[in-house]
Order: sequence, then C-alpha cells, then structure tokens
Amino acid sequence: MAHAPHGRPPRVGDGAAVRRALIAFVLAVGAILVLAPLVVIFAQAFRLGIPAFVANIAHPDTRHAILLTVLTALVAVPVNTVFGVAAAWAITRFDFPGKRALTVAIEIPFSISPIVAGVAYLFVYGLQGLFGPALQAAEIKILFALPGIVLASMFVTAPFVARELIPLMQAQGRDLEEAATSLGASGWRTFFSVTLPNIRWALLYGVVLCNARVMGEFGAVSVVSGNIRGQTNTLPLHVELLYHDYNTAGAFAAASILTLLALVTIVAKVLLERQGAGRVRRPALAAPLPAALSTAAALSPAEGAKP
Amino acid sequence: MKITLDNVVKTFDTFRAVHGVSLAIGSGELVALLGPSGSGKTTILRMVAGLEYADGGTIRFGDRDATRIPVRERGVGFVFQHYALFPHMTVAGNIAFGMKVSKLRRSRAAIDARVAELLSLVKLGGLGGRFPGQISGGQRQRVALARALAVDPKVLLLDEPFGALDANVRRELRRSLRDIHDALGITTLFVTHDQEEALDLADRVVILDHGRIVQEGTPQQVCRAPSSAFVTRFLGDANRLVAEVRGGRALIAGGSIEAAGVPDGRAEIYARPADIEWAREGAGIAARVIRVMDRPESRRLVARLPGGEHVELDMTPETAVGVGDSGVVTLRRANVFALA
Repeated sequence: MAHAPHGRPPRVGDGAAVRRALIAFVLAVGAILVLAPLVVIFAQAFRLGIPAFVANIAHPDTRHAILLTVLTALVAVPVNTVFGVAAAWAITRFDFPGKRALTVAIEIPFSISPIVAGVAYLFVYGLQGLFGPALQAAEIKILFALPGIVLASMFVTAPFVARELIPLMQAQGRDLEEAATSLGASGWRTFFSVTLPNIRWALLYGVVLCNARVMGEFGAVSVVSGNIRGQTNTLPLHVELLYHDYNTAGAFAAASILTLLALVTIVAKVLLERQGAGRVRRPALAAPLPAALSTAAALSPAEGAKP
Repeated sequence: MKITLDNVVKTFDTFRAVHGVSLAIGSGELVALLGPSGSGKTTILRMVAGLEYADGGTIRFGDRDATRIPVRERGVGFVFQHYALFPHMTVAGNIAFGMKVSKLRRSRAAIDARVAELLSLVKLGGLGGRFPGQISGGQRQRVALARALAVDPKVLLLDEPFGALDANVRRELRRSLRDIHDALGITTLFVTHDQEEALDLADRVVILDHGRIVQEGTPQQVCRAPSSAFVTRFLGDANRLVAEVRGGRALIAGGSIEAAGVPDGRAEIYARPADIEWAREGAGIAARVIRVMDRPESRRLVARLPGGEHVELDMTPETAVGVGDSGVVTLRRANVFALA
C-alpha cells in the first residue's frame, strides 16, 4: 500500500484537476484583487514621465501632506509604543481591578469604524463638545489642526503594540524579571537588560504595523482634520482631494508614495517575522534554538550519558 | 545565617496557602520542604526569598526582621524551577549579571575571575560562551545555581531544583549540590515533592500538607517514626490494613503487631513492601499471589488477602513464585495509627 493504484489520488482532495483548478483560482483572484491595483498605481504615477512625477511630488500641497503625515507618525508612533509597552506590562505583570476591562478596551479601536472615532473626537473637542468651550477659552486648537490629527491617529492605532506584546509577555511569565530582581537589579535595569531584549522583535513588529496604519489612516483623520488643502491634509486625504480635482497623475503620484511606504513596511515585517516576531505564542528567541540545541548536544559530552 | 519563621500566614484571594507556619533553620543547614502540590511549600520558599510578602507572622534572618525587606535587598540566591536563565545572555553573562547590577562596584577583571571560578565550581568550565538554549537541562540547572551563588547570598533557596530533569541527571546533580553546600557552608532551603530527593539530600526534612507543617526532623526520624498516616503514605509505598487494637497490640489474622501508645479500637496499619514477608506455609495471613513485577533489585509480589485487600511486598530476586501461588504473609514491621 506504499503507492496508490495509478490514476487514483493518494489523499482525499488531492486530485490533479482539483489541485490545478484551486491554484489557478487563487492566483487569478490574487492578481486581480491585489497585484493589478498595485501595478496601476505605479503605472499611472509615471504615465506622464518621471519629470511630471517629480513635479507632482514637488507641488507645495503634496510636500506639505507628506510632511504632515510624517510629523503625525513621529508623534503618534512613539506615544503609542510607550503606551503599548506600559499596558502590556501592567496587564501581564500586575493584578488590579479592571484588568480585564482594560484588556478589552485596548481592542476597541480595532473593532470600531474609524469614522465613528473621528465623529466622537469631534464631539469631545469640537466647539459644541465636552471640552470645546474650555479649549476655545484657552485658545488651544485641537480640531482641524495637527493635535486633532495626531489624537485621531493615536486612537486608531492604540492596540497595535500592546496586542503584539501581551501574548508574548504572558507566555514568558514573570520568572525572568523575578530572577533579575532577586539578583539585585532595579526595576529600570530589569526592564532594559532583561525584559526589553526578550520582547524586542515583537515590539518592533508592533511599531512597524502601528506606523503603517498611522500613515495610511483616512477615516478618523478626515473627520477631525477638516481637509484644508496645504494645511491639515495628510497624504491619504490629499490623494482623495487630487483625485476629486481630476488630477489623476498627481493623485497616483501621491498614492505611489503611500504605497512605497507600505511596501517598505511589508518588507520590514517579513524580515522581523524571520526573527521570530509575530509568531508571538512563543518567546521570540526560542525560534532558532532547537537546531542550535541539537548541535550543542552532539558536540558536548551529554550529561545523561554518564552512569 | 539562621532563618526563623514565626507563625507565617499567606492567603491568595480567598485561598489560604500557608497557615501559621513556624520553622527554624540553623546556620549552614540544608533543609528540604517536602509536600504534595498545593501544600504551600513553594509559597513558603518565595516568602523567605521576598518574592511574596507574608500576610502575617515574621521571617527573621539572624536577629534581623526580614519580613518586609524587598527581594532585591534580602541577599538571597534563588534558583527557579525552570531556571529562568536570561535567554539573550551567554552563560557567563547570566552568571555575571548579579555582580554587574550590584551596588558594590567590581572591576571587569574581578567579575571575569569570579565567573570563571563559579563555572569551575559547578563543573561547567569552558561553556561560558554558550547561550542557555545551547546547553542541556542539567547544565542549565548548574548555570542557575552558579548565577544565584555569584551575588554571595547569605541564604540559598531552590524551587524544585531537579524537577525537570531525568532520573540519572537528577541523582548526579543532587550529589553535586550536596558537595557545593558542604564546601560553602551556606544555609540552604529547597522545595521538592520527591521524597527520595528530600531524604537523600537534606539534613532535615520539613513535611507539609495543606499549608501546615505535619512533621519535621532528620530523614532518619521521619522515616522511622512518621507522625501520621499522611506522612507514612507520602514518604513511600505502604500497604494499608485495618485492624483492631487491644492493649497496645494490633490484632490481625494470624498474629499481632506492636502498637504502643495507640488507644484501643479500630486502627490502620501501614507496612512497607520490604517489611512484609512471604512464605509458602506457616503462621500468618493467608494470601494468593495475583501479580509478580520484576525489578532490578527485587521481585514485587501483589497478593490478595482473604478480606479482599491487596498487599504489595518485595522479595529477593531469587524467590521462586508465580501468579496463582498460595501462601502466607507476615508483617515484620509496621506503623499503626488510630482510626478516628
């Protein structure tokens, strides 16, 4: 029974026809859904040649949109990284009332529509909102300005870092930190020498995902930014604006920048996953170990071999 | 350093893990906390370390009240059950960690020299450059021990130190821990659920059940005079028979056995497999062999008594006996406890 009689598939569903049809279907759908739009973006961006592309990118409004997007990311990503690490630490290392509620709350931005978040911010910081009058009296401008954009982006991306870290830190347990403390290390020393090196790949992975989302966020930002050209337009908003202006080449040029950022993110993500991040259920460093373990066992006189 | 626990209590949420435990561990002593899982032994160890705080009672190191001293300043070396080696540091880096973070400044050369000294103490010379993932379980355990010793602790605490290792490695490490303890003279407390390990290694054994000490003493004391049925059962295989006590003797079919101090009435008799004798004929309890298990050092018989009880007994390897044989068993030695 080593080989199935010829013409019959060795396993259920393993027929050549089924296999070919399935692979062809997946490849075709993938090409139509994912690959084609990507190709179109770059084709359209460079349709009028490289000088036109450069001119489009160099347009003051586009340059401002790029700057604003980068600026938003520069604020939102570090803040959310610190928040994510703190939240993951608190949830996995301490017991406190409301711990479960916090775990759930962190996930909310994932499930809520970004536009709802934007509208909610409008009613918290807007003129008719909760803090509106107080903010206006103090002459602090949050909505239709950078702070609003940053806040909305932060809301949407709040879970990314924490979500990567919580399962990993849960799996690692408290032993390492307890060991470090029992050896005399301070809290900071323990964090930087013991905790951080063991979560670094997962942390970077979370940061990369967070950054991608901050730069690409449309819904929430579009509500709170007011879409003022050259002032509060981030790159995604700017793409939409150019498109509505029938400036197809400009829209695609701006879009190509965003796509490029996304591609860089994907490459970074793949590289990080090779380091063991993202497969979260086990400690990041454990991934390359089994191979090393077996060579070590082969090289060193084994303990168990002694009588 | 002498450690004294006085009426120590610990409660987790609603579960009381430790009920008023008092215990004195002499300077330089090697003591085992022995008990089944859930007996509170690890919690006691962690309270001595300062990894948990006691809810009540005091823990003194020498004459100093250490109950509230945080783990960082308590000066204990702790070996974790799963070693908790830092996976991103080499073996040498792990051992040096405590010295590097210490308030006491040491030169690089001094740290390196101490690491080399500790590596040779635990017989791991030459492995300093490996990572924990590249060495065997037994080697990791020794690294954990060396790392704990590197900070010159006053007290060494080990949580199930050999729990995750196979039998041969266990025995070898047990001996080497004893040697290291004797060489350094450091007060050592370790937790185990393995009675053989506790009896082999410790100067004194403290047996725990449900958060209370049920007996403490030298291995000889607890083995020869177990204070309760629980201790008897926990220390090793024991056959249980129910009997009647009259005037200081427990009566069983075909004879009686010494039961000094046990009040008249129903009692339970515990006899070790090695303390039961088998014979083809003579005085004793009639028994029928229902199984024979061969072991390297003995033949274990499982015999059925007229009352339906099964007893296990160990015979010399030469004993010629087979399933279905009839004969008699006699108790050479047993512990008798009154039944409530």
